[in-house]
Amino acid sequence: MACVLEAPLRMSVLSEVTASSRHYVDRLFDLDPQKVLQGVIDMKNAVIGNNKQKANLIVLGAVPRLLYLLQQETSSTELRTECAVVLGSLAMGTENNVKSLLDCHIIPALLQGLLSPDLKFIEACLRCLRTIFISPVTPEDLLYTDATVISHLMALLSRSRYTQEYICQIFSHCCKLQHWHSCGFKSLPQPLLCANGPDHQTILFNHGAVQNIAHLLVSTSYKVRMQALKCFSVLAFENPQVSMTLVNGKHKVLVDGELLPQIFVKMLQRDKPVEMQLTSAKCLTSMCRAGAIRTDDSCIVLKTLPCLVRMCSKERLLEERVEGAETLAYLIETDVELQRIASITDHLIVMLADYFKYPSSVSAITDIKRLDHDLKHAHELRQAAFKLYASLGANDEDIRKKIIETENMMDRIVNGLSESSIKVRLAAVRCLHSLSRSVQQLRTSFQDHAVWKPLMKVLQNAPNEILVVASSTLCNLLLEFSPSKEPILESGAIELLCSLTQSENLALRVNGIWALMNVAFQAEQKIKSDILRGLSTEQLFQLLSDSDVNVLMKTLGLLRNLLSTRPHIDHIMSTHGKQIMQAVTLILEGEHNIEVKEQTLCILANIADGTTAKELIMTNDDILQKIKYYMSHSNAKLQLAAMFCISNLVWNEEEGSQERQDKLRDMGIVDILHKLSQSSDPNLCDKAKTALQQYLA
Amino acid sequence: MADAGAGSLHGGDSALSCLPEEQELSQRLRRLYPAVNQEETPLPRSWSPKDKYNYIGLSQGNLRVHYKGHGKNHKDAASVRATHPIPAACGIYYFEVKIVSKGRDGYMGIGLSAQGVNMNRLPGWDKHSYGYHGDDGHSFCSSGTGQPYGPTFTTGDVIGCCVNLINNTCFYTKNGHSLGIAFTDLPLPAMISNQFMELLQEYIQHLFKSNLYPTVGLQTPGEIVDANFGQQPFVFDIEDYMREWRAKIQGTIKRFPIGDRLGEWQAMLQNMVSSYLVHHGYCSTAAAFARITDTTIQEEQTSIKNRQRIQKLVLAGRVGEAIEATQQLYPGLLEHNPNLLFMLKCRQFVEMVNGTDSEVRCFSARSPRSQDSYPGSPNLSPRRGSNNSHVHSTGADSPTCSNGVLSTKIKQSCSKYQALSSSSSSSSSSSPSSVNYSESNSTDSTKSQQHSSTSNQETRHLAFLSFFYLSDSEMEMEAEHYPNGVLENSSTRIMNGTYKHEEILQTDESSMEDNCPQRQLCGGNHAATERMIQFGRELQTLSEQLCREYGKNTMHKKMLQDAFSLLAYSDPWNCPVGQQLDPIQREPVCAALNSAILESQNLPKQPPLMLALGQASECLRLMARVGLGSCSFARVDDYLH
Repeated sequence: MACVLEAPLRMSVLSEVTASSRHYVDRLFDLDPQKVLQGVIDMKNAVIGNNKQKANLIVLGAVPRLLYLLQQETSSTELRTECAVVLGSLAMGTENNVKSLLDCHIIPALLQGLLSPDLKFIEACLRCLRTIFISPVTPEDLLYTDATVISHLMALLSRSRYTQEYICQIFSHCCKLQHWHSCGFKSLPQPLLCANGPDHQTILFNHGAVQNIAHLLVSTSYKVRMQALKCFSVLAFENPQVSMTLVNGKHKVLVDGELLPQIFVKMLQRDKPVEMQLTSAKCLTSMCRAGAIRTDDSCIVLKTLPCLVRMCSKERLLEERVEGAETLAYLIETDVELQRIASITDHLIVMLADYFKYPSSVSAITDIKRLDHDLKHAHELRQAAFKLYASLGANDEDIRKKIIETENMMDRIVNGLSESSIKVRLAAVRCLHSLSRSVQQLRTSFQDHAVWKPLMKVLQNAPNEILVVASSTLCNLLLEFSPSKEPILESGAIELLCSLTQSENLALRVNGIWALMNVAFQAEQKIKSDILRGLSTEQLFQLLSDSDVNVLMKTLGLLRNLLSTRPHIDHIMSTHGKQIMQAVTLILEGEHNIEVKEQTLCILANIADGTTAKELIMTNDDILQKIKYYMSHSNAKLQLAAMFCISNLVWNEEEGSQERQDKLRDMGIVDILHKLSQSSDPNLCDKAKTALQQYLA
Repeated sequence: MADAGAGSLHGGDSALSCLPEEQELSQRLRRLYPAVNQEETPLPRSWSPKDKYNYIGLSQGNLRVHYKGHGKNHKDAASVRATHPIPAACGIYYFEVKIVSKGRDGYMGIGLSAQGVNMNRLPGWDKHSYGYHGDDGHSFCSSGTGQPYGPTFTTGDVIGCCVNLINNTCFYTKNGHSLGIAFTDLPLPAMISNQFMELLQEYIQHLFKSNLYPTVGLQTPGEIVDANFGQQPFVFDIEDYMREWRAKIQGTIKRFPIGDRLGEWQAMLQNMVSSYLVHHGYCSTAAAFARITDTTIQEEQTSIKNRQRIQKLVLAGRVGEAIEATQQLYPGLLEHNPNLLFMLKCRQFVEMVNGTDSEVRCFSARSPRSQDSYPGSPNLSPRRGSNNSHVHSTGADSPTCSNGVLSTKIKQSCSKYQALSSSSSSSSSSSPSSVNYSESNSTDSTKSQQHSSTSNQETRHLAFLSFFYLSDSEMEMEAEHYPNGVLENSSTRIMNGTYKHEEILQTDESSMEDNCPQRQLCGGNHAATERMIQFGRELQTLSEQLCREYGKNTMHKKMLQDAFSLLAYSDPWNCPVGQQLDPIQREPVCAALNSAILESQNLPKQPPLMLALGQASECLRLMARVGLGSCSFARVDDYLH
């Protein structure tokens, strides 16, 4: 019975609500403009803080009508203003509300409204635009569809503190598209900028954003100061052009007689709101990374860096700690001195360990709300800590040691490698990569914690972002002194690495071939064969003609490592001799830099060291002529490498040395050797004399 | 004003003996620790040559420390403490030590220790001792075994030590970088109990024992370190750290929860404002305030107006009229308060010298010349009475600084006084003026000629003075202080409620000073001077009478002396006791009279607002004494605009 009764009751309540909402919408169509105005004002009061009412009104089609009234020239300014206020209020609701507004083409309508002479109306439009643009569902590009919009917004900056606040806020939310994911790690390939035209930062910059916004940094309104500062932090992020202008553009930007960096430093003062300190530190960080401020400048060393370390402290909010750690990681990423200072400041390394303690066991029991909050930030905290550890340990062995000695550090990394969140996995791999540069750690803690296992797992089907760092880490773990090398190979690393060399992604190709080179170093015959089989000759030649010099160098390095110790040389040359000789000829004939040619000559020298492989050179007059040519090359390194070849060929303890010596003498090699034995370069001189001795014996 | 005068005199004294560095040090210390009363709790300025182990050598003004022992093992360790402990009122204290040389092994410790801790040790090894050691970078918290703390330090490094007396922690810095908290729970007393008055004594004793001194310790030959207690700018930005804590504490005060019963707090505030306005006789403002806030005023309108009238008279310097009005409106009041009456009469005498009291003004009114000098009482004129602009800043009102030729004038008058007193055999040898100002009597006497025209008058002054001095054998002239000197100082600050009032009344008079720098006694009128002298005799008689009835009163004696001393100078406005003529000096008299009237009407003699303010100030002083460092970042002045 109760159920039966209850249902209609609910229905009636619902219909009542809809009815009242409909009433609001109906009033927008009244013929009397005065009544329409009153209707809009009543609607404004009805929707404030009432998401349900907002949704109802949108469903009932209030938006198009409001937009119509807003755009109508005949509407009074007051009515148009109230319409903009109601639309702004609707935008404050759920993301669905914003989507509905966007579907009604609200943005062009509001942008059109900005051309009105009435300041109140302009402010209402800007406020609404602001609310729409800060929503994550709004595409930033909508601001840039009409070229005149930006310059008009710049002009409106002088109108009032509200236009200043809203416009700065719009700019800072419509400018981060390209850089959002990278978080400033230059070591990773950047996503390419939009093919169609300059990026948002450049557009804003070209419209004089720096000059127009700079003086707002000293506005009397805190909100304006703050939004202007945020705008700069977004504009300068990874943008050398903006960063340089902030410091010392052609026309120095002075505000109240001070340079912008000085103003930012003032905003770092410890009694300023945390938000301001943090944002200001981000500006200075970008400027420093762009090279506009030196890394040893006191405003970086004594102000920005300590400020960012403070942002990592337990007293700060979780969001602030995440941002602080990420920004600090970016600031110190490439400067060992900054890494050293950060490592001793306020026990940062220990402080970061706290980032892994969310959600804490206490929060789970006592407070559901806090648990929820902690859970939401737990991933972000962990990845931020990993990133900062990665930067801290990038160069200094002592710091790496300190990091690894932090409580449960290796376990945390190992766990991080298998987390579901890609961001955390990526950061954990990055941290591991940084720590893997330590010979000592590779031999000890990496082995103790069998780090290679989760790392190999990460490499399976991971997105390229992770693969790049993970394979780079693998490179280090495959160095010959690493105890992890064997188990990694046993778990099928060669196959994986060979497949990486076929990747479209350049960094992956480099890492793949680099790792294979490391694997081949002083490896046993079986492994070398595995590599050759895994790669296939075809792929090997593909790599030797790769457009990237790094790939070419590592491939040559791999060949050189493969062609070491006599039996291996003879074995490989017997199966792949023809192709290899072909490749070597090609490279020596091609337009390559000295290093590549040197490496190639070294390969020849290795081949010349073989027993049967020697003949492949001796029967190839073309190659012999080339060796002869490089003996007289202007570059000593190449001369030396060529001499190694000759030396190996004329070595007289070996079978058939006499014939080889004769042949080479006939070619005029001995004359060159005599000339070189007078060389001022002691290395060349020595080598030439040794070779000549072989003739005497 | 008295405050400023004393301060500048003091500053001048020390400037003679001080090097520029010393001055810079004093300035920096004052800026860093404004809440510290350095008279009561001096700040560390150097290492103590007495409080050290004998393996320690000091040089360079006791700032450089070097090791001069054998340095064989830890038994050869040696420490030195600073001259003074760190006062709690610092709130946050900081000093730096530069490692000039790490010597043989660099076993250097930097930290804190209480008095009495063994100096044959490095800081941190014993109870009430804390240190950070250079060789291993460990921190030692009253223990022989250290904890891993920070990096090691060596030659060229600058190590800083910061004591936070608000949360009782300590952190170190290396080359300007904070290394993080080293010690928590430093032995500084914290308030725990409610029965705090009982425990106060105990706390203070405890504090005395555990007060921490900056300390360094060295252990091997060749080790040299230099201290910076503020002599030079610090490498670490300590002021920024202080800013953070100031903001924290002020935030705490701002967010302090107040009574949850709605409206009660507001009513209390309104009451405080209202009572303050009533107290000072801002009649119509009080009425307007009461009307707007819908509150009632305790005192009747007429009563407020009466008090206002009397106050105005005192503040205008017309004390005689004020006394009359008081006697008329509040019969018996002054009879019951002979001390107050005496104070008023003394003031009246001063105002006669000034030429403002009505008893002498009635004479000058006839003289056109003096009319020029003192045009009518400001507050009688409706035009000026309605003039509400604050024309003068307080500083400009002070006669001592309004005149550029001040010093020469003092010299002139003094030398004249000397000459005259030596010619007068009746002068007592212990004349206060000659004792106090003899240091400036070396000036050439030729200048006295310029004032020969007034010498007649001066002879009379002298006769007059000698009359008093001789007739009162009890009047031994010695340096006396107001017994409640501290109270006086604070009351001038508290009095600033009436300040604007004062400015309005004095606008015309003070602007006159620029036009006629040479003011004359009693407006320069003969008859008025006669009247003044007669009044002086009456005052003397009154003093003697009071003395007989109530016994000796040093305050009275001092007041009378000061007042009469004015006559010893040709230009009383620019003489060492000329301060009395400053209109500001009317304020305490006015306040005393006002309080007495209120008390006689069974109303509080001090407005609750002032009581609250006084209590807050006193509370902060108490906090400083018992070691609660937060007092340094919550000055009462910060909240008074």
